[in-house]
Amino acid sequence: MTFENSILTILTFLPLLGAALVLVTPKTALNAIRWTALVTTLVTFALSLWLWAAFDASNPGFQFVVNYNWLGDSIGYRVGVDGISVLFVVLSALLMPFCILSSWEAIEKRVKEYMLVFLILEVLMIGVFTTLDLAMFYVFFEGTLLPMFLIIGIWGGKRRIQASYKFFFYTFTGSVLMLLAIMAMYWNAGTTDISRLLTHQFPQNMQIWLWLAFFASLAVKMPMWPFHRWLPEAHVEAPTAGSVILAAILLKLGGYGFLRFSLPMFPDASAQLSNFVFVLSVAAIIITSLVALVQTDIKKLIAYSSVAHMGFVTMGIFAGNALGIQGAMFQMISHGLVSGALFLSVGVIYDRMHTRDIEAYGGLVERMPKYAFAFMVFTMANVGLPGTSGFVGEFLTMIGVFQVNTWVGFGAAFGVILSAGYALWLYRRVIFGALTKESLKGILDLNLREKIVLYPLIILIIVFGFYPAPILDTTAAAVDNLVAHYAASVGLDPAVSLADARAPLEYAAPTGEAQPAAEHAAEPAAH
Amino acid sequence: MNSDIVDFASVAPAYPELLMAVGALVLVILGVVINKERSVLISWLAVLLIAAAGLVAILNPSDGVLFNGVFIADAFGRYMKLLVLGGAALSLILAMPNSEANGVHKFEYSILAVLSTLGMMIMVSANDLMSLYIGLELQSLALYVMAAIKRDDKRASEAGLKYFVLGALSSGMLLYGASLVYGFTGHTNLSDIVGAIAMEGRSIGLVFGMVFLLAGVAFKISAVPFHMWTPDVYEGAPTPVTAFFAMAPKVAAMSLMIRLVMDTFQPISHDWQQVVIFLSIASMVLAAFAAIGQKSLKRLIAYSSIGHVGFALVGLSSGTQVGVEGVAIYMAIYVVMTAGLFACILSLRTEEGYVENIEDLAGAAQTRPYVAAIMAILMFSLIGMPPLAGFFAKWHVFLAAIEANLYVLSVIGMLASAVSAYYYLRVVKTMYFDEPKATFIAVPNELNIILGASAFLVVTYYFTVGSVLTNWAHIAAGSLF
Repeated sequence: MTFENSILTILTFLPLLGAALVLVTPKTALNAIRWTALVTTLVTFALSLWLWAAFDASNPGFQFVVNYNWLGDSIGYRVGVDGISVLFVVLSALLMPFCILSSWEAIEKRVKEYMLVFLILEVLMIGVFTTLDLAMFYVFFEGTLLPMFLIIGIWGGKRRIQASYKFFFYTFTGSVLMLLAIMAMYWNAGTTDISRLLTHQFPQNMQIWLWLAFFASLAVKMPMWPFHRWLPEAHVEAPTAGSVILAAILLKLGGYGFLRFSLPMFPDASAQLSNFVFVLSVAAIIITSLVALVQTDIKKLIAYSSVAHMGFVTMGIFAGNALGIQGAMFQMISHGLVSGALFLSVGVIYDRMHTRDIEAYGGLVERMPKYAFAFMVFTMANVGLPGTSGFVGEFLTMIGVFQVNTWVGFGAAFGVILSAGYALWLYRRVIFGALTKESLKGILDLNLREKIVLYPLIILIIVFGFYPAPILDTTAAAVDNLVAHYAASVGLDPAVSLADARAPLEYAAPTGEAQPAAEHAAEPAAH
Repeated sequence: MNSDIVDFASVAPAYPELLMAVGALVLVILGVVINKERSVLISWLAVLLIAAAGLVAILNPSDGVLFNGVFIADAFGRYMKLLVLGGAALSLILAMPNSEANGVHKFEYSILAVLSTLGMMIMVSANDLMSLYIGLELQSLALYVMAAIKRDDKRASEAGLKYFVLGALSSGMLLYGASLVYGFTGHTNLSDIVGAIAMEGRSIGLVFGMVFLLAGVAFKISAVPFHMWTPDVYEGAPTPVTAFFAMAPKVAAMSLMIRLVMDTFQPISHDWQQVVIFLSIASMVLAAFAAIGQKSLKRLIAYSSIGHVGFALVGLSSGTQVGVEGVAIYMAIYVVMTAGLFACILSLRTEEGYVENIEDLAGAAQTRPYVAAIMAILMFSLIGMPPLAGFFAKWHVFLAAIEANLYVLSVIGMLASAVSAYYYLRVVKTMYFDEPKATFIAVPNELNIILGASAFLVVTYYFTVGSVLTNWAHIAAGSLF
C-alpha cells in the first residue's frame, strides 16, 4: 500500500464509504445525511486535487497503475490515469459538492435515497475514468444509467417517467452493441487490459465493425445529432443536480470513449469515417443551435446548446491532430464547468418560482443583481466570449479542423454566431426588460449557499479563459502520444499532425505556421 | 453384475445421493410418527438433510463411474449438484413463513421436495439413458404433486394437472428420442453412444433421436417453443412452490442438457448447435415481447425465467469450454437472483393476501423501503445492468458466443435484453415512481435473511464471490472436456 498504488482505488471507492454511512443514518436525520454526503464529496475532491498535483504531466503513459487478473482470464482489476483521464476525475469530483449543495433545500422528499444515489453515481463516474480494464469500463459506463434513471424518475418533473425511460433505452440499446464489440476485442487481442489494447493492431475490416459498435454507444451518450432525442427531455425533467451531472460529466463519457478507444484502437476506421463524423458534428452544431433559438423552456434551451457544443468536441477529436484533440479536451472540461454552472443558475430561479418557462421571467436584474452577474458570466462562456474558458476550446477545435477540412470549419463557425444568438436572447428575456410580473416582485437574490456554489465556478471559468495552461499542459503529453500513434497508424507524418500544438496559446498569431500542415493533413481524411 | 461395488467405500461418489434417499425415507417415518399435519421440525430437518448432502459433496469430492456405468460423478456434476441443493434448500426456507396461507404446511411437502431434489441429483449425474429417465421422472412426479399440494385451491389443482399432462407429453418425447438413439447406436450408455457415433458417423435416425431428446429436456428448462406450461403453472401454483420450480429443476435440466450435447452428441455438434441456437433465440425474443403485456407479477417472472434460459443457452450454443463455463456461472447467478426475487414477492403481503399484480406494488419504496430496494436491485440485475451480478452472467455467456463467431445470435440476444429491460423497469417504476396505495405487513425473519444475502451477493459479486465462482466454473467445465 503506497500512495502510488492505492490513491486511485481510494479515490474511486471513497464515496461508497459515504454511501454506507448515509445508509445507516436514520432517514429523519436530514442534516446528518446532507453533511455526510457533502463531507464525503469534499474529501473526494481534495483527494482528486492531490492526485492531479502528484500527476506527472510530462509522462504520456498511464500512472498510478494497478493491474491484476481478477474474474477468470477476462476481467481484471486494473486502474491508472493518463493526461486524458485525470482531468475528468478532477472535474467529476469538483462538481459533486456543488450538486449536493444545490440540492440542500431543493430536495425535500426521500433525501436519504437521493444522497445515496448521488454518492453511488460518483463512484461510477470516477471509476469510468480510472479503470484500465475494458470490461470494467463498460461496467462503470453502463452502471451510471442506473442511478441516473432513478434520479430522473423519482425526483424529476411532471413528465419524468417518460424522460427516464427514454434516457434509459437510448443509452442501453446503444451500449449493448458496444459490449459485443468489447468481447470481440477480447478474443482478438487476448486481453481486456486497455494499456495493452492501445498497442494492439486490429485487422482493418474488423476495425470498421468495432468502430461502428462503439459509435452506436458513444454517439448516443455524447449525444451526437441525430441520436440526441433523449437529452432535452432528460435534462428538462431531471432535478437541478441531475442535469448538472448529466451535462457536465455523463456527456463527457462519450467524448472520453472516442479518445480512449475509437481513435487510438481503430485508427484506420476513424480515418475512413472521419468525414461521416464531421457531417454529423456540423449538423449538430447548426441544427441544434437553430432548434435552441425557438425553445420556450430555459433548461431545454441549455440542453440543445449542449448538443451543439458537443459537436465541436467530436469535430475536434476526429480532426486527428494535436490542436483539434487538445481543443476537444479543453472544450469538454470547459463545457463541464459552463453547462454545470448554467444548470445550477437555472436551479436557483427554479427553486424560487417553480417554473422553467422563459416567459415567466423578465427584469430579474432589478431584484437579483448578483445573480444577473453570475448568469452573465456563464452565458458569455457558453457563447465562447474570449476571456472565458468557452472560447479556448471552440477556437482550438476550429483551428484543428480547419487544417483537415476547411468546409467543416466554415460550417462550425456558424455555430459560434448562432450560440451568441440564442444565449444572449435568453439572457435578455430572463434578466433584462422591465420587472412587470407580480410574482417576481418578491424574488430574493442569491443566498450564501448559492454564492458558495456559483462564485467558484465564475472564478474557474474566467481563470481558465485567460490562463488555460493548467489543463492544456496536463493533457499535452498524452495527446501528443495519441496523435503520433494515430498518425503513424493511418500513414501520416506524425510531425505534421503534431504541428506545435500549444503554440497558439503561448503567443498570439500561430495559425500562419500551421497552414502548410493543413494541405497534408487534409488528404488522408478526405478519402 | 455389481462388479464395481465391493464395499461401502467404493460407492463414495454416490454418498450425497444415498444420504438423500435414506434421509427422505427416515423423514417419512418421522412424519408419520409425529402425526401432525404441520411440522416445522420436518421442514428444518429437510433443509438440514439437503445441507448435509451438499457438505458431503464438498468435503468428499470423489470422481468415478458407478453402478455399471449408469452414474457418473465429476467436477461438473458436483458444481451443478451444489446449485441444485442450494436452490432446493432456499426454496424450502422460503416456504416456511405463512405456510398455512400458501397451503404448503403439510409435512409431505418437504419430503416431496427432498425426493424431487434426489431425482435432480440423479439427472445431473446420469451417464445412461435409463438413469437419465429415472432421475427425470423422480423429480417430475414429485413436482406434479407439489404443484397441486394446495388441494382445495382451483388454480393450484389446475396448475398441477396442466404440469402433469404437458410433463407427461415431454417425457414421452424424451423416451421416444432415447429409443431412437438406442436403435441407431445400439447403446444406452452415454459414453458408449459417443464411441458409436464416432465410429459409425451421423445417421438421420440418430439426429431425430437427438432432437426428440433435446425437446424433452427443453420442456423441463421451459425453452421456447416448449414453454407453454410455464406462465400458467407459475401463476397457479402457490408461490413457494413456484420458487422451487424456478430454481433447482431448471439447473438440473440445464446440466442434463449440457452433458447430453457436450458429451454424448459431441461428434454431431453442428446438428445440435442449430437446435440450441433456435431454442435460445426463440426464448430470448419471445420472452422479451410476451412479458411486456403481463399484469401478474408471477407471470412476469415466468417469462423472465424463459428469457434467462434463452440467455444461458447462448453460452451453450458455442459448444466450447468457455461456453459451458458461462452457463455454469449463469445458472449460479440465476439461482441467487431468483431466490431473492421470490423472497421479495413473499415479503410483500397486504391484509388481503399476497401481491399478485404489478400495480399492487405501487409505492412499495416508501412503505417497505428495504424490500423495495432489494427488488429494484434484483430487477436491474435481471436486466443485466453492471455492476450487478446479472451483468457478469451475461458477460460470460456472450463472451463464449462471440468466440464461436455467433454474431447474429449475440446481436439478437443483446437487443432482446434491451427490450426485456422495459418490463423489469416497469416493476421498479411502479415501486419507486408511483404513490403508495396499500400497506404491507411485516416481513418474517427468514425472508429478510434471504433477501439480504441475495442482494449482498448480487451487488458485491465483483468483489466477493465472482473470482471464486469463476474458478469453480472453470474447473467444472474442464471436467467435461
